[in-house]
Amino acid sequence: MSHSNKKIEGITKEFTQAVIDKALDVYPEKARKKRAPHLAPNDPTSGSTCVKSNRKTVPGVMSARGCAYAGAKGVVWGPIRDMVHVSHGPVGCGWYSWGTRRNLMSGINGVNQFGMQFTSDFQEKDIVYGGDKKLKTLLAEAHELFPLAKGISVLSECPVGLIGDDINSVAKQAAKDLDIPVIPCNCEGFRGVSQSLGHHISNDTIRDYIIGTREFAEPSSPYDISLIGDYNIGGDVWSAKALLEEIGLNVKSVWTGDGELEKIAATHTVKLNLIHCYRSMNYMCKVMEEKYGIPWLEFNFFGPTKIRESLRQIAERFDDTIKENVERVIAKYDPIMQAIVDEYKPRLDGKKVMLLVGGLRPRHTIGAYEDLGMVCVGSGYEFAHGDDYERTQPEMPEATVVYDDPSEFEFEQFVHAMKPDLIGSGIKEKYVFQKMGIPFRQMHSWDYSGPYHGYQGFSIFARDIDMAVNSPTWGLVKSPF
Amino acid sequence: MSAEAAVNYVTETPMEEIERVSAWINSEEYKEKNFARQALVINPPHACQPLGAQMAAHGFEGTLPFVHGSQGCASYYRSTLNRHFREPAPAVSDSMTEDGAVFGGQNNLHEGLENALALYKPKMIAVFTSCMPEVIGDDLTAFIRNAKKKGVVPEDFPTPYANTPSFTGSHIHGYDAMLGSILKYLTEGKQIEGRCTGKLNLIAGCDFNTGNYREYTKILKEFGIPTTFLADISESFDSPLDGTYKIYPGGTKLEDAADSVNGKATITLGPYATAKTFTWIKETYSGAHVALPIPMGIAKTDAFILKLSELFGKPVPASLKADRGRAVDAMTDAHQYIHGKKFALYGDPDYLLGYVSFLLEMGGIPYHILCSKGSKKFEKEMQALLDGSLYGAGCKIYMSKDLWHMRSLLMTEPVDAMIGDTHGKFAARDARIPLFRFGFPIFDRVNKHRYPLVGYQGALNMITEIANKFIDIKDDTCEDRYFEMMR
Repeated sequence: MSHSNKKIEGITKEFTQAVIDKALDVYPEKARKKRAPHLAPNDPTSGSTCVKSNRKTVPGVMSARGCAYAGAKGVVWGPIRDMVHVSHGPVGCGWYSWGTRRNLMSGINGVNQFGMQFTSDFQEKDIVYGGDKKLKTLLAEAHELFPLAKGISVLSECPVGLIGDDINSVAKQAAKDLDIPVIPCNCEGFRGVSQSLGHHISNDTIRDYIIGTREFAEPSSPYDISLIGDYNIGGDVWSAKALLEEIGLNVKSVWTGDGELEKIAATHTVKLNLIHCYRSMNYMCKVMEEKYGIPWLEFNFFGPTKIRESLRQIAERFDDTIKENVERVIAKYDPIMQAIVDEYKPRLDGKKVMLLVGGLRPRHTIGAYEDLGMVCVGSGYEFAHGDDYERTQPEMPEATVVYDDPSEFEFEQFVHAMKPDLIGSGIKEKYVFQKMGIPFRQMHSWDYSGPYHGYQGFSIFARDIDMAVNSPTWGLVKSPF
Repeated sequence: MSAEAAVNYVTETPMEEIERVSAWINSEEYKEKNFARQALVINPPHACQPLGAQMAAHGFEGTLPFVHGSQGCASYYRSTLNRHFREPAPAVSDSMTEDGAVFGGQNNLHEGLENALALYKPKMIAVFTSCMPEVIGDDLTAFIRNAKKKGVVPEDFPTPYANTPSFTGSHIHGYDAMLGSILKYLTEGKQIEGRCTGKLNLIAGCDFNTGNYREYTKILKEFGIPTTFLADISESFDSPLDGTYKIYPGGTKLEDAADSVNGKATITLGPYATAKTFTWIKETYSGAHVALPIPMGIAKTDAFILKLSELFGKPVPASLKADRGRAVDAMTDAHQYIHGKKFALYGDPDYLLGYVSFLLEMGGIPYHILCSKGSKKFEKEMQALLDGSLYGAGCKIYMSKDLWHMRSLLMTEPVDAMIGDTHGKFAARDARIPLFRFGFPIFDRVNKHRYPLVGYQGALNMITEIANKFIDIKDDTCEDRYFEMMR
């Protein structure tokens, strides 16, 4: 982690605090009191978090957050490609999360890959009489129609928990009858305060139902690792995995982008867990450390500076072979990366970026922007916890604005004050800011581009950021009449 | 299990197995199993009620859609609308959590209303529910009455609300519920004996194509018929980029909506998406009430034009007659590219009736018609439409089926193209046929929602897209010796 204590001219603690106070001014008193601790000027050196996080969203404020189900279906379980993931409850949740995260998958759709929308499509009678019987029937139907599915997850939507269905016993019986893993996941959307609890619940179900149930058939090697917390957005896993393999490591399983159930189940035999998205998967890394003694290491594959740092940190965990490989790989890519920087930095130098993303990118992408000469003037998360902010503050320049679960109103106010040249956030924010004439990239979905991970990803990232900031279309916004 | 249970190794599915299943899922045998499903729904093309409710709310001036329920629901509806329109879709939720399940959602609702008013300064808040409050039995009537009593919102501030549980109906029913609720609220006590606004109230239905609204406006302008849209999403989801963000860029003016009860005539062009609202309008509104199918294709557009002429005692403008002539000219010019081609269609009832009507006029064959959420009445109307044309013979309607059923149909009884929304793209790719994206949502093409499919212009647009695609396919796939200058 860098502790460079970066400064930006014109941004002081007083300035930023005044911006925050002005935004808070509009709130009714109760909401203002709740929101105030979630907003602060950055203090990179304090060592403690400057904002409160992982608290209930204030009602009525237009939050960017989703729910526990979204964290389970969209993030953790959904990307496992060889399973049927049943959205258990009414039709909507599964429909909205159908193909909308860009966790790409190998395989043949409907044959050995199941990026589809499976639902029990609850009707009124299911609410009244319960859906357990229906669940039992549909699990058998799924197994019959999709015989190559390695398992089935049952992801509960709100009504299931409220009407008192017992999906756990239905799943247990079905697993026995069908002779495949059937994993019940009580991730109803009303649980917790954000997607984050859905990640945690899903991690727990992997712990309870999956991990340790398989072994790799081939002999183990000292270079066996698992890639944790990469969801293959726009092909990220394929880029990251190729790089890890290039330095000589064996990526035995991926959690969970383009993931395979049985490989995930055998992860307890690897030598090191490499974790990219700490927020969504740190739970299982800790479990595997405690239970199987597998160490884990956070890393960052955004932008050449962080990639280089990360590769060397990874090499530290291995022998000279890997260390030599890493230096060779860095030496190979350095000039390629420098050429990219040389091409784009003159067009992006000094440009300001503001970020509001999920649980990782608000800190992990800062270095990639800096590689292009850009500075981060504000960052925040939808669903981070204190440990995420601890990791974020040293990456951000002093006194820039830190916001936790900001309302759209606050975010707009901060943008007006900080005047970024680019905003990186989600689809709900995108068009708000584009209407203002501010360049924007979706930083959950890579705006239908990607991959952004690894060396391969940086060339695409740099091109996309330049394209967004310098598109000639922005010059047409102001009408001459 | 014995203590010495064999180790379970990671297995690879053998290539032969993958090939076998790949072939099997395209077979007649698989289709039978697939159609025998009782419980599992796979790739349904419909969403849930609150999405439609939010759409209806966006159609009114200064209106903030307000989801009473879990916050994730609001994020899902918003992002769906963002992706389809590539426009903002502001809405709030009151973020109910576990304690809501115990104590009910009143506190969340009150706090949410107060905050939303302060931050987003709406002229109206349209409240609708997602699953949680519906399951626990929240009493919205009492909650909102209490909010006003407590002074959380001013007594005279409009707060229509609708119960839109996701476990009944689909997005079109939520649209109906919210639209009806807003109109009831706004028109309450506004009916004036003897008053007539002289205006047409036009209900476009749960229509996600802003181009359609503009096409209606063009037609009505030609006629010189003053009109109030109930509700108008055209600016809300297609506002100009000028460097400023307006949270409420469009929508029907609340006073116009209130006065709509004194209209000269009310037409709904989305009878299946506004059934309840229209029933209430017939009982309540002054003037004439007419339900017409969405005007796609020539005959249905003619019916709309003639009805306007009749209701307002105005002759059909020469310009519209010329538009009609141009559309028919285009149809005869292009008939050879569409005639005899078989189509698979899916979507909402109103849209489906429109597509089928248009295709039959072109000599196209609407071979598989799939409606995942429709009524017996719809099925009957569709059957009658098919029965009225030579090209409807042998076509089949599949009710309460999903896109995985559709995939089986495409494999066992192939067609030349599919018409629907983005969700059909996997099935279309497997069947190696084009998908014409006329429905909702469209996540993977730009500007489709800006191109009208209604009226004479809409017919022309559909022809252009369909005929040219078939010509493209011929150019892209024919042998070199058949590749020629003219098509």
